[in-house]
Amino acid sequence: LNPFEIPVKNAPSLLVIGCSAGGMDALLKILPALPREMPFATAVVIHLPPDSDSMLARIFGPKVRAPAKEAEDKEEIRANTIYFAVPSYHLAVEPEGCFSLSVDDPVNFSRPSIDVFFESAAAAYGSRVVGILLTGANSDGAEGLRAIVKNGGRAIVQDPKTAENSAMPEAGIRALTDAPDHARFILPLEGIAKQLQDPRSLIMENLWKR
Amino acid sequence: MRDSETFDIEIGLLLEGIYQKYRSDFRDYTKSSIRRRLALAIEHFGCSTASELQARVLGEPEAYDQLLRFLTVPTSEMFRDPDYFRAIREEIVPILMTYPSVKIWIAGCSTGEEVYSFAILLKEEGLLQRTILYATDINPLSLRKAEAGIFALDQVALFTKNYQKAGGKAAFSDYYDVTLNAAVFDPALRENIVFADHSLATDSVFAEVQLVSCRNVLIYFNRELQTRVFRLFYDALSLRGFLGLGAKETIRFSPMASGFDTFSERARIYRKKGAAA
Repeated sequence: LNPFEIPVKNAPSLLVIGCSAGGMDALLKILPALPREMPFATAVVIHLPPDSDSMLARIFGPKVRAPAKEAEDKEEIRANTIYFAVPSYHLAVEPEGCFSLSVDDPVNFSRPSIDVFFESAAAAYGSRVVGILLTGANSDGAEGLRAIVKNGGRAIVQDPKTAENSAMPEAGIRALTDAPDHARFILPLEGIAKQLQDPRSLIMENLWKR
Repeated sequence: MRDSETFDIEIGLLLEGIYQKYRSDFRDYTKSSIRRRLALAIEHFGCSTASELQARVLGEPEAYDQLLRFLTVPTSEMFRDPDYFRAIREEIVPILMTYPSVKIWIAGCSTGEEVYSFAILLKEEGLLQRTILYATDINPLSLRKAEAGIFALDQVALFTKNYQKAGGKAAFSDYYDVTLNAAVFDPALRENIVFADHSLATDSVFAEVQLVSCRNVLIYFNRELQTRVFRLFYDALSLRGFLGLGAKETIRFSPMASGFDTFSERARIYRKKGAAA
């Protein structure tokens, strides 16, 4: 008998980021803040038109300090790497410490869906996940953010007042109403960028310690 | 809702129960998708936990048939990823033409969109008459649907667009008749198709084939099961036979990669190596 095992302890911790409309500009403000030699992995889901070829790794590659690439099926998740979900496939995180893709039906009219991604990260990585939800015009990601906090991780939501589209961060904040204060943060992009680059950040502490 | 650790334990028990009772093995499917699918199924069955669903499914075979619809991927498109079919038409078919007879295995054929795409393509290239297409799946309902060759009319516009992009040589409408709200595909297309129940997780090789097309199936398997299936394909393929995968699938992360050459990384087509060096 082999029930699903608990999260692998040796895999690097995980920073997950979700955004939709307005997300490119927001990502350009925060991803460059990620340090060189980050001891955790970062993975980004952004809603894009279904037929668009994924250019994200190529767009962000020159602007970030860690290597950027598209997340591939069953690829081992490595520290110091920034991964991007490809359009038209759901991206998920497996307990074995790898990514998986799927062509299951869209969730919240979205594929990739931020909820699918965040919920899988929460289930697989427990307290070793920090989730960030940025600008967007729908509520995808809110349930996922709730799952992250429920499983011991932490959530950062872009301050809706500073977001190009406030619907997504507002939904995120609503979903976190019951979350404890130490697990829930609302910050403008500049504040998020500052946390990302600070090894002593309390919000990010679980990502920095091995 | 249970905490996720308990949920995972219950899912493990349910899948083990299904395996022991019905011999269908979902234990090595990716956990993230199984988790989501079972959450949907639990809701559909009006159960509150996976344990409750387990009792239902083990007690009632009809409930298991229903659950299969959640556990297997139901939908596809004809000529999905047109670049793939263009590569098959322009680069693989000319090689297959040199064989006196051809066998092709569509593994995990679901409701048949892909196997009809192949039949149309092979017909246009004059190869259909000497080809046998094996279309296999674990879901008997999907297989029955595939065999019927009837597809929803609202899908046909997309299929047509894909067909044209894939280098189709006729009018796509030549291949089906329209009824009230369905497209009924020409029965002649399936004269050389053999539909069969086959599990990639538990069954073995049944024929030697020159091409395996298995697309958007392997992404649902964990690495161990992927490796098993790649070995199965390796064993089924004749020397220098072809393996076609989904647009985001690769053999690269598998230990079986050494048995294959990359024929087209863009189209995700690999080729079994020749006699061992």
